[in-house]
Amino acid sequence: MIASRVWRSASVWLVYVVGFVPAAWYFYLGATGQIPGNAVKVFEHLLGVWALRFLLVTLAVTPIRDLFGINLIRYRRALGLLAFWYVVMHFSTYMILDQALNFQVIVNDIAKRPFITIGMASFALLIPLAITSNSWSIRKLGSRWNSLHKLSYVIILGGALHYLMAVRVITPEPAIYMAIAAVLVGYRLFFRSRVLAWRKQRRAVAMAR
Amino acid sequence: MAVYRYPSPLGSEITSEGAYLNRRSLIAGALASIPLLHGVEASAETLKSKPGPFSTDETPTSFMDVTNYNNFYEFGSGKSDPASNSGDFRPEPWTLEVGGLVAKPKTFDLDELRGFDLEDRLYRMRCVEAWSMVIPWIGFPLSALLDQVEPLGSAKYVAFETVVRPEEMGGQRGLFQPLPWPYVEGLRLDEARHPLAILAVGLYGQTLPNQNGAPVRLVVPWKYGFKGIKSIVKMTLVEEQPVSSWERLQPSEYGFYANVNPAVDHPRWSQATEIRIGEGGFLSPGRRETLPFNGYAEQVASIYDGMDLAANY
Ligand code: HEM
Repeated sequence: MIASRVWRSASVWLVYVVGFVPAAWYFYLGATGQIPGNAVKVFEHLLGVWALRFLLVTLAVTPIRDLFGINLIRYRRALGLLAFWYVVMHFSTYMILDQALNFQVIVNDIAKRPFITIGMASFALLIPLAITSNSWSIRKLGSRWNSLHKLSYVIILGGALHYLMAVRVITPEPAIYMAIAAVLVGYRLFFRSRVLAWRKQRRAVAMAR
Repeated sequence: MAVYRYPSPLGSEITSEGAYLNRRSLIAGALASIPLLHGVEASAETLKSKPGPFSTDETPTSFMDVTNYNNFYEFGSGKSDPASNSGDFRPEPWTLEVGGLVAKPKTFDLDELRGFDLEDRLYRMRCVEAWSMVIPWIGFPLSALLDQVEPLGSAKYVAFETVVRPEEMGGQRGLFQPLPWPYVEGLRLDEARHPLAILAVGLYGQTLPNQNGAPVRLVVPWKYGFKGIKSIVKMTLVEEQPVSSWERLQPSEYGFYANVNPAVDHPRWSQATEIRIGEGGFLSPGRRETLPFNGYAEQVASIYDGMDLAANY
């Protein structure tokens, strides 16, 4: 019993540790000159793609529980915060390594280039979610916490759109990320209530027998 | 055609011979120290060349970066795709067909192409994606080839075409194809005849690696890199301005001229600065100001006199 509780909290920490491996590994490759060409850009892209992956996985936790009965809710906060930290790293790499803190260029980019404006908006919306990702806020905010965290659906669409608009030609990757994001948002908006109602009904029927 | 004058200093005026030779040994050293690179197959041959004009005295970008960070969508749209996926490409034998509005159409084979007077040209290369390299090309002036086919008076432009070989070029197969094939490009005839414009058949002293556009490619250093069409099979002299591949895909982002211009942004990023690949290291990459015409304004600006460069980007 105790062992399993220890494993549970340890496994959450494991998610954090494993989650930071891609960033650490590519930072190491970049810093030791093992990424040919424009290492900073490669690093920046990689962080952006991993941010998007963690956002998608975070939002997949609920449908996976609804549809397959697999409960990963314990890891959801870690996954969401990993997404947040990857966006922070992506943004910092862009500002510090890529643009060398040339604020005129950065402000101009954010104001004038729609794909960056959208990325920035998604990042801005992520901040309150990251700040309230703790038990105290959940208790304190009650049902407002749930409403606030519905912003994640706007963020994921924004992130996927930002990716689609950032590339020079449409390749399968950004299209696939956008499709997954759309399915997750669509599930939440249109199907989830039906799935839950159906499950409740089935459970009621089973109990009546 | 407009008559223009461009200063054309001898290579020896720009770089002392000592420094030049020194640079060559640097290049050779760089080559020797990286024996096992992606896609640089054993078939690479050494080319004989002599120093040519217009070479910069900047430090060449490493052979490793020049051959492993490429845009060549026929092999995939990632920067490392060309180096990883071009191993099956067979640049030999090869023919380059030159026709259209010319008096003497001619098909050149590889020996003929490599038989031109080959020159070393150490040029800056500015990609439209705001990064740059310094590449030691080996090639010959495009004008030398045009002289052989004798363009007619009605010829105003040169249209170029890349090979289509889906069986050897993975980017040309499958469901998702980023660009329509063949890749096409174009130059105004006076641009094509400009002494800076070369057909390159090698770099770093040897024949072109597949990922760099083997066996013959265009190099026009005052324009964004995508104008430098690779693995050319066909050149046609025409009267009407051809539409190039990127221009067709996204005309608001890529124009026909594509002259390097720090004052005209790409809609999605600034062109005012560039990252020089291989400089400054990971934690402080070498961002520098982009120069008009990529620093070749003295040689080429006059051919665009009176043209609105913001409208003709
Ligand atoms: C939720 C927030 C964000 C996500 C999920 C995200 C994700 C991505 C992804 C996946 C890419 C494309 C990588 C590739 O081409 O392989 C990208 C590119 C980019 N992102 Fe973000 N991003 C976010 C926020 C931001 C912010 C706040 C900024 C800066 C203000 C930013 C700046 C950029 C830039 C400049 C590029 C293009 C890099 C280039 O190709 O030159 N992003 N981002």
